Amino acid sequence: MADGATIAGPVRRTPNVATRGSLRRWFGRKSSVGFLMCLPLIVLIAALVIYPALYAIYLSMLNKKMTQFVGLSNYAFLLKRNTFQLVFFQSCFFAVSAVILKATLGFILAHLLHNISGGHQRIVRGMLLTPWVIPLALSTLGWQWLFDSSYSAFNWVLNAFGIASVPWLGERWIARLCVIAVNVWYGTPFFMIMYLAALKSVPEELYEAATIDGANAMQKLFFVTLPMMRNIISITVLFSLIVTFADFDIVRILTAGGPQDMTHIFATYAFEVGILSGDIPLGASVSLFMLPILSICAYFVLRGVTRRSREIAA
Amino acid sequence: MVASHPLSRRKALKLGAAAAALPLVHVRAAGAAGKVSIGFWDHWVPAGNDVMKKQVAAWSDKTKVDVQADFITSVGNKLLMTMAAEAQANAGHDALAFTTWNVLNSADKLEPIDDVMKRLTDEFGPTNHVCEYLANTKGHWMAVPISSGTQMKGPCGRISVLRDKAGIDVTAMFPAREGGDPTGDNWTYDTMLKAAEACQKANMTFGLGLGQTADSVDMVGVMFRAFGASLVDGEGNITVKSDEMRQFLEYAQKLAKFMPADAASYDDASNNRALISGKSALIFNPPSAWAVAKRDNPSLAADCWTFPAPIGPKGRFSPYLPFFWGVWKFSRNKEAAKDLIAYLSERKQVEERCVATNGYDLPPFDSMLDFKVWEEAEPPKGTLYNYPMRPWHKTQASIAASEAAPEVAVQIYHRGTMPTMVAKLQSGQSIKDVIAWAQEELEGFVR
Repeated sequence: MADGATIAGPVRRTPNVATRGSLRRWFGRKSSVGFLMCLPLIVLIAALVIYPALYAIYLSMLNKKMTQFVGLSNYAFLLKRNTFQLVFFQSCFFAVSAVILKATLGFILAHLLHNISGGHQRIVRGMLLTPWVIPLALSTLGWQWLFDSSYSAFNWVLNAFGIASVPWLGERWIARLCVIAVNVWYGTPFFMIMYLAALKSVPEELYEAATIDGANAMQKLFFVTLPMMRNIISITVLFSLIVTFADFDIVRILTAGGPQDMTHIFATYAFEVGILSGDIPLGASVSLFMLPILSICAYFVLRGVTRRSREIAA
Repeated sequence: MVASHPLSRRKALKLGAAAAALPLVHVRAAGAAGKVSIGFWDHWVPAGNDVMKKQVAAWSDKTKVDVQADFITSVGNKLLMTMAAEAQANAGHDALAFTTWNVLNSADKLEPIDDVMKRLTDEFGPTNHVCEYLANTKGHWMAVPISSGTQMKGPCGRISVLRDKAGIDVTAMFPAREGGDPTGDNWTYDTMLKAAEACQKANMTFGLGLGQTADSVDMVGVMFRAFGASLVDGEGNITVKSDEMRQFLEYAQKLAKFMPADAASYDDASNNRALISGKSALIFNPPSAWAVAKRDNPSLAADCWTFPAPIGPKGRFSPYLPFFWGVWKFSRNKEAAKDLIAYLSERKQVEERCVATNGYDLPPFDSMLDFKVWEEAEPPKGTLYNYPMRPWHKTQASIAASEAAPEVAVQIYHRGTMPTMVAKLQSGQSIKDVIAWAQEELEGFVR
């Protein structure tokens, strides 16, 4: 009988109600919703990136017939081979020189674009982005025609001026420079657009203050622009280094690694050894050689970025 | 008493339903013996695919097996990637086209096909030893050599240029008639060297490549063979330091001076372009270059003649590249796949496809090398007569590095070791340095 003096006892819930409540709470959390929204992408990355990478590591530790585990023998074998040492040198030379050239040209183009006003800038920016927008395989085929031994447009122009034809893809160092040139032509717009965005975010007040202090253009560049853009420069260089090291299309289409293996890089050499010559474990080992090099580069670059970000925040 | 109608509504409905179901029954019967899927090579000559589709449809109608036929291009190595992917995944087509070296690369995943080969060889005679080398392992045939895609890469030369600049009449040396001509024996590597020099002076350099793709490897490989120079023998011994090798490299050093300056950059299309552009007097290629010239530059095509490779100290060898059809072990309808392959390998079907491809395809059985298509192809009349190996050519089919065991030879082939050796000579390296380089490379291949 209700007498007005009731004592509240512990609320007993049935287990089903308890589960439903905790599930609802879990779904209600922002982090849970975020995880679920990212889950398709995580599954895709796990299936198409992580699993193949782990499988490649496993394959690289098998013998040629893939019947026996041999540990790091394939890597030790590769290090002793002159051809692989050449591939190693070429990959590093290709990646480093291409990235330096792309970054420099992209930086110069960004500054030039930054000084063009309004509508004109949009038009020029659009035109300069074209190399990056065209599918790489298609544009490389176009370059191949420009360098072709029978139909080279470059040689046609040279011949018109009485200059002998150049074996663009037949001479070792010329072929290397051609491959780098195509990569630079393709990749410069990426740097240009990133640096343009970074330039627009540098406060004008810093330049005004520098002007008042009597700084000239070069001093503004070195003491205002570059320090403000250091992080974006680091990240774009790292990103481009990774992508350029892993390049396959340009070398495969232009030279297939020739002449005389002089333009082979890791990816093309791995394809030739692994797929064409039927030694999949060795091919996997070649392709994985990039991993420690790029991991070390990424560690140092990202460490620098993090430090600078902390300094700015402080 | 109720009068009986001749056709009641119920009966009419039943009849109508049965009539509607009849096509379904018919369609089901078409696949009543099961399904089979096969991946063909997408032929360079489109008519080749059309004839193949008709032949497959005819077999399907006859056997009531439902066939799914795919045509997979070799451009961008798509066919190669399909082979590799299906081998790794143990899933895909029941039967697939295999390019030259890939039967051996996939041998442990393929179903032995000795029964089909016995049926075909009993009826059409043996194939050549290159087919056996590439598809017969441990005493078993792992794939059937086929005509579709099989090719010879002998010389195709400009009649007028070779006659006027080099003093060689290839139509007289290799006429389009049975028995040939004794002067064909004068077509030696020394003759070719002199002709190459003369044509280079006339700005019609021979379009001989030293790249790392198949055309260059096949051409240089056959030169190695003609001089008896081998890189690795069947026991796995490196034989690069032999007298025959030095003799060949001395010859190659001279020939390389008369090759294009960018020979090392040649891919499989560069020599075709060199001929069709009118800038080259001779290339080593199947008739695809002539076929394109026939379409794009008819007057140039009318000046082309295909003939055998030169004779070297050890004889005449022709660069031969066979294709195969194999059945995967994971196939669920192996018998139907084998039966389809056997049907498509019969003489009537092979001849139909050879005609449709203007003689590009070469049958793997010597008894089928008498098709009229090579006699009749023109212009000029007889231009392809000497494309297939004729008995009076005194030639043998050859594939680069086949002295070595296949697992070593495939690496020598795909790494382009042979043309790279000649390219190094062309760039000025000494014979001693080239041999030392080859030795080091080969030590890696025989591991």
